[in-house]
Order: sequence, then structure tokens, then C-alpha cells
Amino acid sequence: MNEELIIAGFGGQGVLSMGMTLAYAGMVEDKQITWFPSYGPEMRGGTANCTVIVSDTIVSSPIISTYDTAIVLNQPSLEKFESKVKPGGTLIYESNTVLNPPTRKDITVYAIPAAIEAGKIGNAKTMNMIILGAFLSKKPLVSVKSIMEALSKVLPERNHHLLPINEKALKLGMSLIK
Amino acid sequence: MGKKLLMKGNEALAEAAIRAGVKGYFGYPITPQSELLEYMATNLDSRGGVFLQAESEVAAINMVYGASGTGTRVMTSTSSPGFSLMQEGISYMACAELPCLLVNVVRGGPGLGTIQPSQGDYFQAVKGGGHGDYKLIVLAPNSVQEMADLVYLGFDLTDKYRNPVLILADGALGQMMESVEFPEYNVEEHFVDHSSWTTVGRENGREQHYITSLHLLSEKMEEINVHLQDKYKKIQENETRFESIQTEDADILIVAFGLSSRSSQKALELAREQGLKVGILRPITLFPFPSDELKHLANSVKGILVVEMNAGQMVEDVRLAVGSNVPVDFYGRMGGMIPQPDEIVDKIKDLYKQVKI
Repeated sequence: MNEELIIAGFGGQGVLSMGMTLAYAGMVEDKQITWFPSYGPEMRGGTANCTVIVSDTIVSSPIISTYDTAIVLNQPSLEKFESKVKPGGTLIYESNTVLNPPTRKDITVYAIPAAIEAGKIGNAKTMNMIILGAFLSKKPLVSVKSIMEALSKVLPERNHHLLPINEKALKLGMSLIK
Repeated sequence: MGKKLLMKGNEALAEAAIRAGVKGYFGYPITPQSELLEYMATNLDSRGGVFLQAESEVAAINMVYGASGTGTRVMTSTSSPGFSLMQEGISYMACAELPCLLVNVVRGGPGLGTIQPSQGDYFQAVKGGGHGDYKLIVLAPNSVQEMADLVYLGFDLTDKYRNPVLILADGALGQMMESVEFPEYNVEEHFVDHSSWTTVGRENGREQHYITSLHLLSEKMEEINVHLQDKYKKIQENETRFESIQTEDADILIVAFGLSSRSSQKALELAREQGLKVGILRPITLFPFPSDELKHLANSVKGILVVEMNAGQMVEDVRLAVGSNVPVDFYGRMGGMIPQPDEIVDKIKDLYKQVKI
């Protein structure tokens, strides 16, 4: 197993933390992982993205040109990364934010209304976990248990009361994708 | 080995330095290196050392000079423009033979440039950097694990040779997260007694110790230069380190260090899938440079491709090593751009055509 993905959106949507949680969960399961964030001026108000690679074998390069999966949470990111998905790959996008949907026919596309669903469960910030859940239901790279263990490490202790709602969001995301 | 942790390269490097018993850290914040300084600010004082944020890089390197003069294990870290500011102090330390660990998490230049990763400081790192004839021992990690491992090696080498050691990383290695395990390292076992030269106060009429880089008599200054050159020769003979990847049957040899060696490794996988016999020589020490191994490989490969994140710097050392025995091509990206694996594969194919395999 070797999954190369890009997660991209606006700063503040939880793009980097989604990737970090996935990477951490990969490490919990003793997989080889790399998490490479954008850290440039785009972090200060524009688009943010991170590359995550989860693999059974050693990760040669954190720098890759094409991706097995792209998770995009805003329009500029869709425009930037739709063409970078490998033929036969997967594209998951947040359908409340991305108004012009992807057009490629050679990849599998999933639209997830995660922002609305996050509002419904009462915490807009769980949007990223809903998306992550949707992704994991199609590509079960790691277990929900490992994600929760990762979250308990990635989230500072003062936010640990938010673990249950994150788990709820994760499972909701898994049920949203057909 | 301990347990696996998920860390940024900058953080792994800082943690390794604390575990290696660093007693003094003096630095000034600059992106993309700042997490290293922040980690030291949070952790070093409570773990037996002194963290001090200097008022500038010039001040930081001179604090390193002073602390090293007492035989204390010391370091500093910065990124490209800050490293330029430190050059005067580094030259003084090379002459005065003061041990210290330097870290340059390189960003794109010239000038203030960009905060994105680059290898544009290769020449500055391996050819001296400041004024006068001197060399740093230069170590080039290519993973978060090596950001930690090379710290231990760096401290051992700087003590062994009384020569500043530089870890040359880049913004991506500093910012990315991978799992890392910290090896066992017993600080006492690695202790080197520097008391024969340190300036810690004279007791019981022992001879005077005097640390300086100023010798106005040319005869004396030449003597010191000869001694330094002898030392660099010894370092070249004993401390060259590199990694060879699938070089045994390679037609085309990629030479790359640091992050560009990771892109190159992916390119190697892609090229091998297409039946192209590609190998990689990755220098881990940039000074001393693995010239002998390159000379040796030049006998069996048909072409060499050097991949760097600059306009072509290490390629000069590769050409010096192999001469005209084999064609040497270059692929580089600049200003914070990273060579992509597919671009490197295209370049490999070009080289294949050129050398008519």
C-alpha cells in the first residue's frame, strides 16, 4: 500500500491538522509516513496545503508531482490540483465551498457537503474530520481507532473535551459517502 | 532506539542536540528555521542548558565563540541571510579551532529571497564561506531521521577535530514531519576533554591559555595555515560519508544531496519501472566530498546527472572529481522551487539519448 495525497484549502479550515492526524495515525500503525506542509506566504491568509504519504515501504520522496487522491476544500485549490490527480485516482471536494465542480472523467469524484453537516452537529470546525471520514471510508488506510489515538496526540490537552465530537464527525463523514 | 515520534525536522534536530548534551544555544529567529530556536527556548533551560536569544546573528555567533572557548558543547542555528551575517565569526572560530555545531536551514536566495527550500548556499558551506583558507565539516541530512542522527555525529566530529561542523539542511527538511527515533547516546561516553586549551581561569600556576585568530607575524600565520590544511587532509581521509543506491548496474548515475536526493530517489523508482538503469550517489558529507567514490563509479557508468536546488554548484565538484571520463549533465531549480521527480526522469531520458546507450 502506498497512498500519496494532497489536502488543500483555505488557512483555518483544518487542512494541515487533517493531514497531520492522518500521518500520525499511519505512524501509530507502524507505516512509513511523510507530512509536508506549505509554509509560505499562502499560510497567511490564502491557500494552505499539505502532502501526506502513507506507505508500507520506505517513502522515497516527500516531493511528488501527481497524487492518488486530492482533497480540496476551496475553489483555488480545485483549480490548482484537479489536473494533478493520477488517472484513475480520487478527488474529494467540499461541495458548499467549491461552486464550480471538477470536470475530469478519468478520476472518481466525490462531493461532500461537509460544511453544512458540521453545522448540523454543532461545531463548524469538525468539517475537516467529516471530510477525513469520507476519505477513509473509500480508502481505509488507517482505522478509526488510530485516528482517535492520533487526535489525542495532535490536539493539545485543553481541547481533549472535543475528542467525542470529532469522532462523531469522522463517523458521520464515513456514512456520507456512497 | 527509543520509540517513534512524529516531528518536524527542525524539532527533531533540536531534540537530538539536547539529548547530545548541548549546554549552550545562541540564536536569532528566522523562517524556515524558527521552530528549532522555539524548541530550544521551551526545553533547553529545564534540561540542563542555557538558551539565549541574541540581538542578531552577529551577536549569536560571537556568543558561540565565547562559550566554546570554555570547552562547553554549543551550537547555533539560522537560515541563509542569517548565516551570511555569521561568516566573520565562523572564520574566526575556524582559525581559533573552536568546536561548535552550526545549522543552516537554507532558503531561496540571493538576498532576502524567499522562505522556500533551496540548496543555494552549497558554495558558501563547502568552500569556507567567510574570509581566509578554511573548511567546515559539512553534513547534509535528507530526512527527519537524519536531521537527528547527524547532530550526534556533528558534535562528535567537532570535538574530535576542533573544527566547526555545519549541518546544511533546507526549508522543506525543517518543516516536514516524518517519524523519528532517537538513538541511545551516552553523553559521558562521548565526552572529550578540552582542558588543555580552554580559557576557564588559571589555577595553580598552569601555563597560559590563549584563544585568538589574530597572529600578526606572517611566519606564525603560515604555520597555523599549514596546520589547518593538514587537519583538513586528515578529515578528507577519514570522514567521507555517502550513500549508494542501486549503483551496481547503473548506466546513469544521479548525484544529489539533501532534499533533491529524495526527489531523485522517486525519479529512480519511476525510471527503473521503465527499464532505465539509474543509480544514485548521495554525499552525506559535502566536505569532505566523496570524490574517490565518484572517480570509481565514473569507470562503470555512461553518464552522470547532478540534481540540485540551485543554479549548479555541487556539479562543479562532481566535474572536478570525474574530469572528462564521463559526460556530466545538470538539472536544477532555483528560488525555492523543488526539482520534481518526473522532471528528473525526463532529464535522465535526455542523457540516455546523449550518451547513446
